[in-house]
Amino acid sequence: MTAISESAAGRALPWPSMLRESGLAAFVALLLTVPLVGFRTVDRPTGLGISTRFDEVLAAAALVFIGRLGLCLVNEGRALLVMVLSILALAVSAFVGFPTEALKVIAMGGAFVISLRAAMKINGDAAITLAAVYVALFLGPWLQLGGGVTLWLVAKSVIAAAALAVAVWRGLHAWRKHGAPVSLADRDKAMDRIAVKVQQASRFLGPVGIAFALIFPFLPIADRVSIDIGILLLTYIMLGWGLNIVVGLAGLLDLGYVAFYAVGAYSYALLATYFGWGFWICLPLAGVLAALSGVLLGFPVLRLRGDYFAIVTLGFGEIIRVILINWYQFTGGPNGISGIPRPSFFGLAEFNRNPTGGLPSFHEMFGLEFSSLHRIIFLYYLILALALVVNLFTLRVRKLPMGRAWEALREDDIACSSLGINRTNMKLGAFAIAAMFGGFAGSFFATRQGFISPESFTFIESAIILAIVVLGGMGSQVGVVVATFIVIGLPEMFRELEQYRMVAFGMGMVLIMLWRPRGLLAHRDPTIRLQGYGGGGTPAAGTAAAGGEAIAGGRAK
Amino acid sequence: MLTVSGVHTFYGAIEALKGVDLEVSAGEIVTLIGANGAGKSTLLMTICGNPPARAGRVIFEGEDITRLPTFEIVRRGIAQSPEGRRIFPRMTVLENLQMGSISAKPGSFNTELERVFHLFPRLKERIDQRAGTMSGGEQQMLAIGRALMSQPRLLLLDEPSLGLAPLVVRQIFQVIKDINREQKMTVFMVEQNAFHALKLAHRGYVMVTGKITMSGTGAELLANEEVRAAYLEGGH
Repeated sequence: MTAISESAAGRALPWPSMLRESGLAAFVALLLTVPLVGFRTVDRPTGLGISTRFDEVLAAAALVFIGRLGLCLVNEGRALLVMVLSILALAVSAFVGFPTEALKVIAMGGAFVISLRAAMKINGDAAITLAAVYVALFLGPWLQLGGGVTLWLVAKSVIAAAALAVAVWRGLHAWRKHGAPVSLADRDKAMDRIAVKVQQASRFLGPVGIAFALIFPFLPIADRVSIDIGILLLTYIMLGWGLNIVVGLAGLLDLGYVAFYAVGAYSYALLATYFGWGFWICLPLAGVLAALSGVLLGFPVLRLRGDYFAIVTLGFGEIIRVILINWYQFTGGPNGISGIPRPSFFGLAEFNRNPTGGLPSFHEMFGLEFSSLHRIIFLYYLILALALVVNLFTLRVRKLPMGRAWEALREDDIACSSLGINRTNMKLGAFAIAAMFGGFAGSFFATRQGFISPESFTFIESAIILAIVVLGGMGSQVGVVVATFIVIGLPEMFRELEQYRMVAFGMGMVLIMLWRPRGLLAHRDPTIRLQGYGGGGTPAAGTAAAGGEAIAGGRAK
Repeated sequence: MLTVSGVHTFYGAIEALKGVDLEVSAGEIVTLIGANGAGKSTLLMTICGNPPARAGRVIFEGEDITRLPTFEIVRRGIAQSPEGRRIFPRMTVLENLQMGSISAKPGSFNTELERVFHLFPRLKERIDQRAGTMSGGEQQMLAIGRALMSQPRLLLLDEPSLGLAPLVVRQIFQVIKDINREQKMTVFMVEQNAFHALKLAHRGYVMVTGKITMSGTGAELLANEEVRAAYLEGGH
């Protein structure tokens, strides 16, 4: 480790160019933060006033300056020095008081990234060691030993322990061997390998995950809160899988998916409150109505391509929301619809203590003690089943002509038409089916909440669902699950940062996009292999079209 | 088999084809040569109905297909290997070939697959490889193979030699010849590589700025002074 910094220490550092570069970065940071951070509106007795906070702007620029200087030093071969300094900086800024939490997040995030970058320059083992130490520190149960044992704590501790083990093992490597520095390309390749491994492991991880999800409500660690979070995660997983059909398989960038979610939710809410129909009748109807709205949108829109298509779907999402707000007599406008009936136990029993609808109550039917948890567990299994239906559908359809045609459309839609594929019908099909699943999820949402209003169906919801699909790796089912845990789970994890958790969340997103620009698990598994030909084994793992012949290797029989 | 008469095609206000007439008979290899931007690829696309001709008619096996949507045209037995190959890069060779058979008769997949692998043994070696990671020549083989999977009676090829090494070009043209001879496949081919194309083809047409200016057998055109001067000198 020391060999590198010693050899470089002989050279003089090009201070002028380094300072210039850092100054430029600080200048850009100034330009960006002055309008965003420098001014804020405040309520004064005389009306709205403007207050300034240029001290914070300057502090942010100074942080950027220092960070950039650190990166320059790394590039000049002083990796070890920078690594030590940035780790110190990270530790110090974790305990020192900052004028605002935002600055603290920036300082810590910057030190975190720079120390990792410096470690990469030293060698790969050092980088992995450092990353593992960070994971262990961040997730370790150090802070919450006083509280009770929750699922979250158990999961965190297990991950932290594993990370610590990796850190020790790799750390020993890093000390013994003077490995070569890791380039960015090496890092990306290593991550690709990991992604492929994870995706291959999903063949048994999938069933294990499903089994865990099935027994989860009965584990001792499951309480009301964790089951509620489970329901939330499953709802987004279902929406992610649904949108994955349009975006991941068919390659149509849909920015208005929440519209179908809203149609499903309002369909159920209106049918149930106006006609008094039960959940099990309304669920398929809500799906049909959402699918119809998908076709309705699809017909005029599907002749558009790329950006234009995305913009129109964005508009459609807004149109639905605006209709919901303004059609006061029918939808209740901004007040929404309340008193939406809860689902019955398949029309056989109700979950209330004293049912009013003529059905027996659930706890009497099964001779149990009454518990409000019964309904929540039932809702949990309901959304689990719905999500699994979507997953099963996608896994099956990829092996059918329709699913293949969708994937081909994503790859090259001109080639598709020259192969005799009816592009309009295929796209409409993808749209309608994804909309139907969105509608199912919507009616589940309505019945779970008991109250819906247009506020639940804003553009940010579409953006979150799309972020899940894109981060997971377009078209990857496992990717959606992983990304949901990150996108929905991360803000929960950063709760201690309070209002600045979104800054940390944004930083996390930026890092993922920098490190895995094609999504966490972008590897695509072939859907068919013929027995008796060369294949049947592992898929050719050439993820990027890198020169062709060389990668191919001997795949001959 | 295929008759194109008086076809005018527009891109917006720009007239790309200005009254094209040509004919392809069953069992022939016909080639269309011409410079960049002459409208050769537009003609192939117009035969496939994308964009459709604004005036004139395209008749295939006695049926007017001018206004049919592309997928209907393909179902009637015309397959196209489009310009720039346009294989599906993230799908494997086998998946690409399967996409080709999507509008073919059900149950034909295995026999057609054997036939394609017989023509292109290289594809069989690469069966599970992602198409985007193959060399240009292999991708071209895949594009032709994919087109053949739909059991066409007329095969349209758009610049099969584009961007390929001379040796690979010779290989591809040899296979086109084999397809024509062994499977009695009618081939209509657009090419810039005039020398190879005319040597291979039974008949040829020359296109200049949206019009057919010359036609004849391959040998005639090869010997023609104007063709030599415009398309062959220094070339091949």
